[in-house]
Amino acid sequence: MNPENTRELLINMGPQHPATHGVLRLVLEIEGEVIKKCIPYIGYLHRGVEKLSEDLTYVQSLPLTDRLDYLSSMINNVGFCIAVEKLMGISVPERAKFIRTMMSEMARICSHLVWIATHALDVGAMTVFLYAMRDREKLLELFEMVTGARLTVSYPRVGGVRCDVNQEFLDELYKFVNEFPKKVEEYETLIDRNRVWLRRTKGVGVITAEEAINWGLTGPTLRGSGVYYDIRKFFPYDAYDKVEFEVPLGKNGDIYDRYKCRMLEFRQSAKIIKQCIELLPEGAILADDALRIRMPSSPLKIDKKDIQFEIYIEDKSIEDFINKFTEVYASIEAPKGELGFYIVCDDSAKPYRMRVRAPSFVHAGVLPRLCEGALIADVIANIGSIDIVLGECDR
Amino acid sequence: MNPIEIVKKIKDKFPEEVLWFRCFREECDITIKKEKIKDILEYLKNTPTLEFDYLIDLTAVDYLGFREPRFDVIYQLMSIKHRHRLRVKAEVSEQECFINSVVDLWKTANWFERECFDMFGIEFKGHPDLRRILMPEDWIGFPLRKDYPVYSDLKDKEWQPYKELKELATGWKENEP
Repeated sequence: MNPENTRELLINMGPQHPATHGVLRLVLEIEGEVIKKCIPYIGYLHRGVEKLSEDLTYVQSLPLTDRLDYLSSMINNVGFCIAVEKLMGISVPERAKFIRTMMSEMARICSHLVWIATHALDVGAMTVFLYAMRDREKLLELFEMVTGARLTVSYPRVGGVRCDVNQEFLDELYKFVNEFPKKVEEYETLIDRNRVWLRRTKGVGVITAEEAINWGLTGPTLRGSGVYYDIRKFFPYDAYDKVEFEVPLGKNGDIYDRYKCRMLEFRQSAKIIKQCIELLPEGAILADDALRIRMPSSPLKIDKKDIQFEIYIEDKSIEDFINKFTEVYASIEAPKGELGFYIVCDDSAKPYRMRVRAPSFVHAGVLPRLCEGALIADVIANIGSIDIVLGECDR
Repeated sequence: MNPIEIVKKIKDKFPEEVLWFRCFREECDITIKKEKIKDILEYLKNTPTLEFDYLIDLTAVDYLGFREPRFDVIYQLMSIKHRHRLRVKAEVSEQECFINSVVDLWKTANWFERECFDMFGIEFKGHPDLRRILMPEDWIGFPLRKDYPVYSDLKDKEWQPYKELKELATGWKENEP
């Protein structure tokens, strides 16, 4: 072809595109099949969770967190509760900790199942979708048994959980996790020997360990590059220090390794749930001192005994300022990566500022780095492999 | 490394810049002047014993009516190798609403700074592409500032494209048979 007749083309992908997993819009500058420039546009799902929560009490803010990553709402709730508990100095009963750990891992399996279903569908392996949905359905039914809701559960409470689990639920769940590793093998036989899958994922979207850290990637997306960073191990919360599990690591940092990490996480999650059921202690499910935040308008009384500060300039107003505003940052390992809540409290019943550190937001930011220089078809595979949910990205 | 030791190290290296530090619930935050923010963060990132290679989060808080300068830009830092965290805060006033960008240190700061600009109107000097990110590009005002209302009767302050769309929709309804 005559090169004079070729020109750069601007392609608008999204926001209504099934393979962008929501409402992500990418503007691609292409030359033939090769991407010269990729500009992501987000914000189509922005609901102002951070602003809204400043006008709601801590308890009222909890249902807002469901709507962040709607595929694993349980984990978002847990993350928010842990941040508020840390702020107020509430210690959670053992039983509630184990129930939360168990539920978090169920949510992780749920989220990873949707990921493998849609990712495989995007790359061209259609069969996996229905198999993954079949298993997810079982987990959603189990969620419904305990919480009454399937997606937006709002089940954990500040200081524990809302209601106790019964034996019937535990039996069903135990049966499920015993069978589940076999089902993961089923998915792997569908995908892992598929030559198209291997060609489209191996060596595509490579990111090195140093770069991945510099870009702020977390979760399986970071571990695919071989970096050992898992908040469950680094800063254990709930009952993660009482169960045994391994953190799967990749090597090459390509799409295939990220996929492999998540597949291995399925098995680890099942292992954790099994241990939680076996170790589940008897006792209370809500801390005694959690009751005081039920009243929405009463000011909080935060235990500030361990506050310690040093001021290096001469300004008398600073001491009052430091004593008035207390703040915590608590993060948990969500299926997508590090989900952090940074809460500034001014002793009133409402958070002065609530910041959500959303992994999907950071992961969407790395798309230009992964896509530029690659082919159009790889864009879809890359979006799938970094596992973003736009509800969390836009907040 | 113990966070208090890290604070001491920063204090020794930049004695003029540090305003105060505080520890609460085993977390430490250090407040500094904004002028040398990039040097301090570069020092934190590149010193072998500290090695804060991972910027967890970058955001701001508006302390309108409680403190002057009103904004705090907050950097949540972490070292994956040494497993320690530190929160660095820089004070930014409304009159001089800018601070140096740290995109060259951590690439992840790119979108965080854009969001911070979008929500608080703090300008990041040296940022390669400072545009609004979550709000529409022609939006007026900075939503997370404390003087921006949560609920209000907007009347003529409504976002222009939405107003046009609404007018179009009502006109269409009236013409309906």
